[in-house]
Amino acid sequence: MTKDEHSAYTYLRATKKFPNIWCSGCGIGIVMGALIRAIDRMGLDKNEVALVSGIGCSGRMPVYMDFNTMHTTHGRALAFATGLKLAKPGLKVIVIMGDGDALAIGGNHFIHAARRNIDLTAIVINNEIYGMTGGQYSPTTPLEMRATTAPYGHVEPPFPICELAIAAGATFVARSTVYHAVELDKFIEQAIRKVGFSLVEAVSYCHTTFGRLNKMGTAVEMMRQLKEMSVSLSAAEKLMPEERSLKIVRGVLHDIDKPDYSTLYDRVIERAKASVTGKEYLRAGPGGLE
Amino acid sequence: MAVTLMQGNEAVGWGALAAGCRFYAGYPITPSSEIAEMLSRELPKYGGKFIQMEDEIASLAACIGASVGGLKAMTATSGPGFSLMQEHIGYAAMTEVPCVVVSVQRLGPSTGQPTSPSQGDVMQARWGTHGDHPIIALYPNSVPKAFELTVTAFNLAEKYRTPVILLMDEVIAHMRERFEVPPFESLTVIDRMGTNVPPEWYKPYGDTIGDVPPMPSFGSGYRYHITGLFHDVMGYPTQRLDEINPLVERMQRKINNHLDDILLFEEENAEEANTVIIAYGATARSARHAMRLARNHRHNIGLMTLYTIWPFPEEAVLRIGRAARRVIVPEMNLGQLALEVERVVGRHKVVRVNRADGEMVSPQMILQAIEGR
Repeated sequence: MTKDEHSAYTYLRATKKFPNIWCSGCGIGIVMGALIRAIDRMGLDKNEVALVSGIGCSGRMPVYMDFNTMHTTHGRALAFATGLKLAKPGLKVIVIMGDGDALAIGGNHFIHAARRNIDLTAIVINNEIYGMTGGQYSPTTPLEMRATTAPYGHVEPPFPICELAIAAGATFVARSTVYHAVELDKFIEQAIRKVGFSLVEAVSYCHTTFGRLNKMGTAVEMMRQLKEMSVSLSAAEKLMPEERSLKIVRGVLHDIDKPDYSTLYDRVIERAKASVTGKEYLRAGPGGLE
Repeated sequence: MAVTLMQGNEAVGWGALAAGCRFYAGYPITPSSEIAEMLSRELPKYGGKFIQMEDEIASLAACIGASVGGLKAMTATSGPGFSLMQEHIGYAAMTEVPCVVVSVQRLGPSTGQPTSPSQGDVMQARWGTHGDHPIIALYPNSVPKAFELTVTAFNLAEKYRTPVILLMDEVIAHMRERFEVPPFESLTVIDRMGTNVPPEWYKPYGDTIGDVPPMPSFGSGYRYHITGLFHDVMGYPTQRLDEINPLVERMQRKINNHLDDILLFEEENAEEANTVIIAYGATARSARHAMRLARNHRHNIGLMTLYTIWPFPEEAVLRIGRAARRVIVPEMNLGQLALEVERVVGRHKVVRVNRADGEMVSPQMILQAIEGR
């Protein structure tokens, strides 16, 4: 396939020097590919898409893509995206975060963005570790696993990302893995189409830190483990609860309809405008009334 | 609107609306909350948006996001919240996104005295965020001035693509004074510079004449990258020294080359006086009273009231410091801006008058310093 025929090139920044900063074999690039395929299939205008990210390996994703892109601070991407979306409701605002980014330092912003039901698409790439800083445990590191800050095994239980988003008020929640790349781009497309706060958890891996510390093998072997450990929602329903709890359940876990924040706030604007009595008030301010 | 008795906080709200602010994100905190309450009522009438965020970190993040989306944005807080906002003051400075941050100061450190006045955030406004960065901080001393300087804060933020801090004293914020909001069209309002170059030519951090690159909003057809990392003229991260140094220099230059426009202060009898008081905020009012009392006793006293405290008006203070024998710096803190005055005019000339117990510096305290008691 030539460069021109491959749709991905349309969405990459020609002036930005590749290769990217990710380790060879990393799953983040697969999520980037899935996002591009989803946007391409939807036929979105590049000017109408904004990518907002936090800090970490996943935070570097937007710079490679030719949209309106904003690499913000650690954990706060959703708060920046909230302001951007309210200022420009016509933009499709997609927020890319890692597990430590979204759920540790950004945990508060995560639940409140979901609760407010801001029309954003959040993608959390979950590799169960802080990769960029060298392999410290994150809020999704499983019990007993090793990290550079858990040399004797991890003692904290992990956050279930999707369940947290559902409980907080998200309207669309789906999970897949970087092995299931085609399914991932389907879920991302559904999430972008959804009006309201939508979340896609993309389960990935970090062979460089997590894999090495826990003797899980190469990127290929970790990819195989994702395949073997995951199960579709329909298959999961046939499993015993104990069995199911050991699996990564893939699928659309939650999909409801309710008015998003901007729709409700538009009513606030209507009511406020209706309360104005002086005709000149808005143009001139209260000083221009007399 | 007729002449009313208006609170300083309310005047800040009207100043924001007059300047074209159409987005406010904030978190409740005494003694600034009236600004949020006022704007939650008024902003939607103008088609603007108000949102109460989960904390102050998120509040300033949302303001920056909205500003990137093309709206003029503001947040307001007090000491503890101002501390939380430092992360994003640095981000706004680095990414050159206009925004206005109001800190209605209260006695600190920590929770301190939420309802008592203090001028304790003076140095935090300058150096609260990490790294070398340019900053502008304005400081009103009355309710009408709170209105006027809020408009100025937006104008400077938009003109120089920078965060602007408006520091207020609790006593100015909650005091009521006679004030009439002027018709909005009578005011000078500055909007950020846009661009009409073809999108492929646009450089979001280019070396522009005047050192402030134009800033089209996201969604306007100019697709570019914003990052808190050091970046090249295209906004892409860089580690090259020949790209980092020009950025560091341009960011300093865009403020330092426009001091005539940015530095605001007033002088009364300052040129010919033996003793000059340099003050700001509510303390400048005590200073003015002290000056009048002292002049009745034939003391040759002058006053310099600062409205811009950052960048520090070095040249003007130096000029006054050279002519005067003594410079008195009263502050509701243990000596913050006095450090700058001492640096400029020399320690031997400076007399500090301080208190940091939640009470105002009285004219009598300043008078005592004048009389050398």
